[in-house]
Amino acid sequence: MFDARSQRPRLVVIGNGMAGCRAVEEIIALAPDKYAITIIGAEPNVNYNRIMLSPLLAGEKTFDEIVINDRAWYEANAIDLIAGVAATAIDRDAKNVALADGRTVPYDQLILATGSTPFVPPVPGVDLPGVVTFRDAEDVNTMKAACDRGGRAVVIGGGLLGLEAAYGLARNGMDVTVLHLMPILMERQLDQSASHLLTRALAARGIAVMLEAKTTAFVGDGRVEGVQLEDGGFAPADLVVVSAGIRPNTALAQQAGLDVARGITVNHTMQTSDPAIFAVGECVEFEKQLFGLVAPIWDQCRALASALGGDGALHFQCSDTGTKLKVSGCEVYSAGLFAGHDRSEDIVYRDAARGIYKRLVLDNERLVGAVLFGDADDGPWYLSLIKSGESIVDIRESLIFGRAVTEALAGVNPSDAVAALPATAEICGCNGVCKGTIVEAITQKNLTTLDDVRSVTKASGSCGSCTPLVESLLAATLGDGFERGPSIKPVCKCTDHGHQRVREEILAHGLKSMPEIMQQLEWKTPDGCASCRPALNYYLLCAWPGDYKDDKSSRFINERAHGNIQKDGTFSVVPRMWGGLTSPAELRAIADVADKFNIPTVKVTGGQRIDLLGVKKEDLPAVWADLGAAGMVSGHAYGKALRTVKTCVGTDWCRFGTQDSTGLGVKIEKFMWGSWTPAKVKMAVSGCPRNCAEATCKDVGVICVDSGYEIHIGGAAGLHIKGTEVLCKVTTEAEALETIAAITQFYREDAHYLERIYKWMARVGLDHIKACIVDDSNNRRALHDRFVLSQRDAQVDPWAERANGADADEFTPLRPALAEAAE
Amino acid sequence: MNTALWIDVGAAAAIPSRGARRFMFRDTPIAVFRAGDGGLFALIDRCPHKGGPLSEGIVHARSVTCPLHNWVISLETGNAQGSDSGCTHALPVEARDGQVFVDVGALSLAASA
Repeated sequence: MFDARSQRPRLVVIGNGMAGCRAVEEIIALAPDKYAITIIGAEPNVNYNRIMLSPLLAGEKTFDEIVINDRAWYEANAIDLIAGVAATAIDRDAKNVALADGRTVPYDQLILATGSTPFVPPVPGVDLPGVVTFRDAEDVNTMKAACDRGGRAVVIGGGLLGLEAAYGLARNGMDVTVLHLMPILMERQLDQSASHLLTRALAARGIAVMLEAKTTAFVGDGRVEGVQLEDGGFAPADLVVVSAGIRPNTALAQQAGLDVARGITVNHTMQTSDPAIFAVGECVEFEKQLFGLVAPIWDQCRALASALGGDGALHFQCSDTGTKLKVSGCEVYSAGLFAGHDRSEDIVYRDAARGIYKRLVLDNERLVGAVLFGDADDGPWYLSLIKSGESIVDIRESLIFGRAVTEALAGVNPSDAVAALPATAEICGCNGVCKGTIVEAITQKNLTTLDDVRSVTKASGSCGSCTPLVESLLAATLGDGFERGPSIKPVCKCTDHGHQRVREEILAHGLKSMPEIMQQLEWKTPDGCASCRPALNYYLLCAWPGDYKDDKSSRFINERAHGNIQKDGTFSVVPRMWGGLTSPAELRAIADVADKFNIPTVKVTGGQRIDLLGVKKEDLPAVWADLGAAGMVSGHAYGKALRTVKTCVGTDWCRFGTQDSTGLGVKIEKFMWGSWTPAKVKMAVSGCPRNCAEATCKDVGVICVDSGYEIHIGGAAGLHIKGTEVLCKVTTEAEALETIAAITQFYREDAHYLERIYKWMARVGLDHIKACIVDDSNNRRALHDRFVLSQRDAQVDPWAERANGADADEFTPLRPALAEAAE
Repeated sequence: MNTALWIDVGAAAAIPSRGARRFMFRDTPIAVFRAGDGGLFALIDRCPHKGGPLSEGIVHARSVTCPLHNWVISLETGNAQGSDSGCTHALPVEARDGQVFVDVGALSLAASA
């Protein structure tokens, strides 16, 4: 046998891992006796299945169960295994490989399967005992030993492998926290919605997740005790597992002068820049891509075998692969271009009750990507559709419901689909109502409207997303006897729900974040649009004062930058002038700022204050600092917020004045500034019915009379001109303030986003507002108190915060290091 | 065919999720966006409609809504979406070792032509 072997060309493989061994298996399958094969492996172990490290850690598999090729395999195939000795150099001229023990191994053909090394962030403390990677069986042993001692584990990296490690550690009784640098878990496979659901599912398994957490040091005295974060936070840990990505092992190839980019560059046959040397697996770069998943690596092995053992006709191509998270009971699947791209369309399906989220990405009537959460059974089917690239135009309607439904409905007109459903088909996921129950209720109880069906069966009574299905059932059951109810105008094209329903659901289900709303209310887009995101951000802010963290990315630029954007991209700055009062010191400060920052236009506004126009964005914080030094704060002239409280001079100066209108205006403004509202709110206080402050065209106006204060609401003097209506008359300033706060809070809690008070009033009716505010003193008091509560967190001057360095990135352009040098 | 000219515009972490940063290359404003899915994109920072600064817009999926008149522009191609038509230039962008690189080659040639 040795003689026969010595006649053959020598094939040497550096790397005794999965890729190297699989390549050898494929070559032997094609050409059993062609080569005398030697495998060099630095690890003492035989070849085992690294993909199974997670089940090994979780205790779901033993090491023996994950061995792929035991010693008998090497012997049976006459493979010379050099295990536990590293290859140190390749001499391409002499065609041999130098080993760490001084031997050299000659080759005719060489395969590099050197794999990859875990990336460990270059921060202090990486060498502390207790900081490990999750890469080989040895790491698993270290982790299991730590689990035996118990305590807290931190996993750095919320990618596929990191989450599997976290799950394994949690299964072994550790208290686990995952720190992830990006805002989305598994960001290469998931979108925000799926990431959000996954975060919740992990929490249910005892795994905490911290997103956008950047590690700055591993801390400990002789042994790791925790992880220091960039934002000042600290995560205590008895064990730290780093799973922050991989780097191809290219040192040998580089040293030998092969072409290397991020990985060892290869062609379609896995050949490197030296025709006698091939490379395969995680050390490879092909068409600028690296490979960490097993499916494409198996394809590489087949292409390599074709080149070395066959006719070389089989070429490696990058193709789509599916990824499944191996966390028991947590179904997550992703394939293809899940993130979508230009021209692509999304089909999104959310079943809030069952915790399901599915998103399919279509391009030109073909499926190009899929993200599935909660029900991943159809993942491989979607992957096959992605790979085949076949047209899905005929099955588009049912595609999102999966293979079984699609095949059952094949050839059925989509409009008849509901009629074709079996009686046991679930129509309303929230309340678990099936088709048979609804049809029976309609026929036996003579129901004719959607509301009837809702009240009898509860179908479509919760999230409402099955409303069209219930209506179709009514239509199919009643024939012409059914009339559809008035349709509700949806918030935007991302949803079928109207504003009111969204606001109700936020409170009813305690929804405290945007992804939660989008999942619960089954949003049709992955992360909303420029219409719904600002609305949801406002609704959350209003519903959970002090609790909800404002989402900058959902603010229109004016509210994000705290100035009004102008047509040339500069901003305007309007400091608050309480009740329209100013002073020489304020005016001097404004003049100085205008000079200092070359502000081209200074103008008096209609709201009794001064507008500085044409301020460069990067100057804004410094402008605000100077204005702040003179005691001025943001005028919120840019916001869906309290704008001005315009006043006349009242009893202080005016011979007709009946009350201190200026003083009341200042009090109102000091009480109410900083409050975010559905649309802008302008107020005014006039000292007598001559109404010099023009209070009767404001959102809320006060007309002072001898006997007290008339409170007016619902005026407008913009696109529409509308005089106010009188809400009530009160006798004291305190009553006026309480009433105005109560109206504002009622409006804040009830109106649709961007709906001015006059439009809200037209929708709900002045009588209704009167009943709630004027007639019901308990409700008025409660509204006032809720307003006061929300003001506690709202009255922070956004200009002062930013003058002191908050949000600095927003106001600082990037400064490319090489922009000019590169010329 | 333009010659590539990759420039290092700053740390990848400095581009906020669903947000943007801008820089000037010669006299051309360039916006670097990060979509909600983490993807990086670069566009000439001028809306095809009235030249509005797209970098100030709300980013959703892989589009940005211009802050001036609500045109929706694809981050990938720079094309206006929906019934609007027009296009701003999309530039290749890559993150390497935590830094963002933008290929301004197209601008460089145009400027020297």
